[in-house]
Amino acid sequence: MRRALRAGRSRGLIELRQSVTNGGDLVNHFLWPVLMLATLWFLRDRSFGGFTLGPLLVPSILGMNAAMAMVSMSQHLTADREDGTLLRARATPHGVTGYLTGKLITISGGLILDLAIFLVPALLLIGGVGTSAAGWAALAGLLALGLLATLPAGAVLGSVITSARGQGLLTLPILAVIAISGVFYPITALPGWLQGVAQAFPVYWMGLGTRAAMLPPAAAAVEIGQSWRHLETIAVLSAWAVAGLLVAPIVLRRMARREAGSALASRKERAMQRTG
Amino acid sequence: MSAIAVAGLRMRYGERDVLHDVTFQVEPGEVVALLGPNGAGKTTTIEILEGFRARSAGRVSVLGEDPGRAGEQWRARVGVVLQSWRDHGKWRVRELLAQLAAYYPDPWDPDDLIAAVGLTPQADQKVRTLSGGQRRRLDVAIGIVGRPGLLFLDEPTAGFDPSARRDFHDLVREFVATSGCTVLLTTHDLDEAERLAGRILILDGGRIVGDGTPVSLAQLVAGDDEVRWSLGGERFARPTGHPARFVHDLYREHGDEIRDLEVHRSSLENTYHALVRSAEAS
Repeated sequence: MRRALRAGRSRGLIELRQSVTNGGDLVNHFLWPVLMLATLWFLRDRSFGGFTLGPLLVPSILGMNAAMAMVSMSQHLTADREDGTLLRARATPHGVTGYLTGKLITISGGLILDLAIFLVPALLLIGGVGTSAAGWAALAGLLALGLLATLPAGAVLGSVITSARGQGLLTLPILAVIAISGVFYPITALPGWLQGVAQAFPVYWMGLGTRAAMLPPAAAAVEIGQSWRHLETIAVLSAWAVAGLLVAPIVLRRMARREAGSALASRKERAMQRTG
Repeated sequence: MSAIAVAGLRMRYGERDVLHDVTFQVEPGEVVALLGPNGAGKTTTIEILEGFRARSAGRVSVLGEDPGRAGEQWRARVGVVLQSWRDHGKWRVRELLAQLAAYYPDPWDPDDLIAAVGLTPQADQKVRTLSGGQRRRLDVAIGIVGRPGLLFLDEPTAGFDPSARRDFHDLVREFVATSGCTVLLTTHDLDEAERLAGRILILDGGRIVGDGTPVSLAQLVAGDDEVRWSLGGERFARPTGHPARFVHDLYREHGDEIRDLEVHRSSLENTYHALVRSAEAS
């Protein structure tokens, strides 16, 4: 078991290194942050409720990007199942433990890199955003809690979705959730029932948390209840974390149990039909 | 104790039985081929033995444990050569082998193993740049990196050209000779079964319809060898259980008049087709 955890750590670091030395992966790392930076540039001088949008957007986008770890976890699992990586792990003693350890490292590491690619230029671009040492600490804590909330949930999604096509379809509801989560404009601009829906997902709470950590207290005026709602943020993200950590092992075990060479062969056939 | 003991194994998907009452044993150190046409149930059988698939009924023991319940220590003693596709394409050969070796208590040294399977020139290449044959050698290396006592090979040379297949057979034979590892392989290629295995199990329609050495199986149906010759422009052919004596007698009788002498061993191929045909007819 300890051997598998060590092997998993080295697996994660190797995959992380691969993702920054490989052309296609590098494009993936930069594409989203660069798109977000462009959006930020065009929206920076708009105003809402007496605040300019630029400073509101930086933490909001940061929070949204962090919540997207759920999607990358889910995509990785589906892809690794489809190409046989997971079956390979299953054929190895404690291989699935090592695989998941590696995945956590690859995805959290990749996320921190993506956040930095966005945040550093964003801070230079937009004045009026900045934070104290306490703010940075709060941000780090929030990020850790956010990963706990989103990675197990992403693993559940990745176990349930068996094909790349299914992952493609997942993009639509994800975009819908982003659209109502108060990332690009304050959530209070939305009708009440949509606000209710948005508050069920971690994207809104991650955005709220990052704004709380990075913006001056007065900025809370455009939030629901004119408050940063720290306790609610912690409560909702923790609930996601607990639910994910309870459900993910069961779903993952069931998925791994179903992995066999013949299942792989039939997926291979389907994929060949798609591409051929 | 047998390395593999299977008794009354059944597998049912919905209403359809894929395996009926499969029973066989594999002793330690044996190399056994599970031979049969596509759809015979070979992959289902080997996946049950590998612990990747739950069975419907029957007793199965692999290295003394039930693969459906065996733990990670059992897993460490079993090598599986998967039908690979494109996993770990971004990994370098040495990197991947070192990563997978790290899970085992007493693994091969990755560089030694790479040399043993003839991939030293490709050690720093990315896996996705390997040719089909090189990729399969890597799959074998991965299968044996933990020094297993038992190795499963599922359709190891599917899609190979003849020379890659011959190289691969040499590799497997050398590994078996030096390690004493027990091997169970599935194949639909008769020639492969004959070249690699000391014993062949013929699986058809979810049943074992033949079990023996290639020679004993060949005799099962075709029975005798055949001697062919021509004499005075006329062609003759006679079945015989003792071809050497028959040829000796033939020469004593006719001397140098004998032309076009041929001795044909009874062929495994005839047996195989006969067994599969009769299993399908019943």
